[in-house]
Amino acid sequence: MNTSTTGSGTLDQQGLDGAKQLGAFMETDSGMLDQQRLNIGKKQRFQDFIFHKVTLSFSLIVLVSLIGIIASLAVVAWPALQKFGIEFIWRVEWDIINEEFGAAIAIFGTLASATIAILIAMPLSFGIALFLTETCPTWLRRPLGTAVELLAAVPSIIYGMFGLFVFAPLFAEYGQPALQSTLGQMPLIGPLFGGAMNGIGILAAGLILAFMILPFIAAVMRDVFEIVPPILRESAYGVGCTTWEVVRHIVLPYTQQGVIGGVMLGLGRALGETMAVTFVIGNSQRISASLFSPGSSIASTLANEFGEADDFHLSTLFALGLLLFVITFFVLAFAKILIIRTERAKGLKT
Amino acid sequence: MDQNLYRKRIWTNRIGISLSMLAMVLGLFVLLWILSVLFINGFKALDFNMFFHSTPAPGTEGGGLANAIVGSLMLVGFATLVSTPIGILAGIYLAEYGDTSKTAEVSRFMTDIMLSAPSIVLGLFVYAILVAQVKHFSGWAGTIALSLIAIPVVIRTTENMLRLVPGSLREAAFALGAPRWKVATMVTLRAAKAGVLTGVLLALARISGETAPLLFTALNNQFFSLDMNGPMSNLPVVIFQFALSPYDNWVRLAWGGALLITMTVLVLNILARVFFREKVSS
Repeated sequence: MNTSTTGSGTLDQQGLDGAKQLGAFMETDSGMLDQQRLNIGKKQRFQDFIFHKVTLSFSLIVLVSLIGIIASLAVVAWPALQKFGIEFIWRVEWDIINEEFGAAIAIFGTLASATIAILIAMPLSFGIALFLTETCPTWLRRPLGTAVELLAAVPSIIYGMFGLFVFAPLFAEYGQPALQSTLGQMPLIGPLFGGAMNGIGILAAGLILAFMILPFIAAVMRDVFEIVPPILRESAYGVGCTTWEVVRHIVLPYTQQGVIGGVMLGLGRALGETMAVTFVIGNSQRISASLFSPGSSIASTLANEFGEADDFHLSTLFALGLLLFVITFFVLAFAKILIIRTERAKGLKT
Repeated sequence: MDQNLYRKRIWTNRIGISLSMLAMVLGLFVLLWILSVLFINGFKALDFNMFFHSTPAPGTEGGGLANAIVGSLMLVGFATLVSTPIGILAGIYLAEYGDTSKTAEVSRFMTDIMLSAPSIVLGLFVYAILVAQVKHFSGWAGTIALSLIAIPVVIRTTENMLRLVPGSLREAAFALGAPRWKVATMVTLRAAKAGVLTGVLLALARISGETAPLLFTALNNQFFSLDMNGPMSNLPVVIFQFALSPYDNWVRLAWGGALLITMTVLVLNILARVFFREKVSS
């Protein structure tokens, strides 16, 4: 007997045929029974049809809003895009009074802070995922995992306030002088750690972002580490590998794509984060060689200038928003594809 | 020679494991650090006036967060009312019909992307389609922006939870001649009730702390207002404005508000986990 795969239409049909035969055989009220059965079957098939279409249309809402976002942003951004063209992306100018705009400063700030965040969060979340899957005693796994996930639940504005009021003063007093006297003295990367030390700036934004995205990356890494078939892991332990060697030579190669996917997911989050960055990046429309100096990201520019923006300035801000959405869309899509591929290898498509 | 190699491997292992523990400790330390700063500063600001007075005008003493608390509750409440049915129905489609249809695959992929999409862009979107058209900020615009963030969360958890329902339950219902919509709503959805509730709670937690999209939609209102058609005060935007202000009592209120929303978000998260655990164990 066919079940769910053939759908209820066939089932109803079969039930109906059965009822007809039964009715003919018993020769009692058969016409009545037929008619009733037929009506119920028709009604149910109609209800199923409606149910299918209604749920389908709701599942399309997200898709429609995604297209709507791109279309509506592009419409409002059109005057700015028309005036500056593709040059908008690399113009280093942000002059509100003369209406000369370029996205380069904001793009630089966005990419620089996100890159710093990834460089710090990647090894840390790898360590956390390794600890949670390999060395952590079983009874501690759940509480520690929950703690890391709570770190992800803290609203981003809290990270911003923490960064501005607590982290930045400490960073200016201890962190930045330490960096300047060590890394700042090195030949090639020295200038990155020069200049005034007031705690806020691109580096501070990157550090705060790192701890914001850490739980997202760690959660993905932990999940993909867990899908490594136990037999691979146990064989490696069986021939005498240490825990580190198992992770380095068995787990990591097996889950490579998923791990990269997790990192890209974190990158997508970092690129679009608004509040945490706005509080600590310093909000200045300049590019400087030093990571200590204040800058601005696309999202922080939007949050800061939207209130005072008029027609053309507003259009430029929408162009920035469109740019941000397109960049994060591709980063996130790439991340998702890598994660799906890893899970498919296990047959665990979600 | 062999002894050396052996020793090297042991030490590499020890260093690697210690570093991973260090990473774990650092992560926990940051969580505790943030929470302790929040509790110390937040409790200093917390008093009864905070719940009964509206936000103070620049330069005046005292004041509270009553208008922002009520505004936040209304925005988040309406957004939950909008996003829950939409999210659950879409989740049902993806779980019950989603295996064979190409549309479902595309929709699932886009939902995953929208889960992590920058929330500030959703604010811009609602500004463009609603606020710019009617020419004023409004609570409804804020509700729509928050719903757009919540819907993907509800869809994904609903789908995952429905997929955990054993196929034999569905087949038993089909065998009794139940139509598909009855199986989906009265058998599978009911079996996955606790899990679906988890999704709704997670979505609530997610939108309770969202600031960026509200900047362009609900904006802020210095006065107490229940009018969803006008600008609406809400905790995150008040925190954002007050934390960056030069007035001491404003900054103090910002910490109080920060404590309130963080506690709400953490409690919702823990509740969601409890419901989910009940579901898995039963």
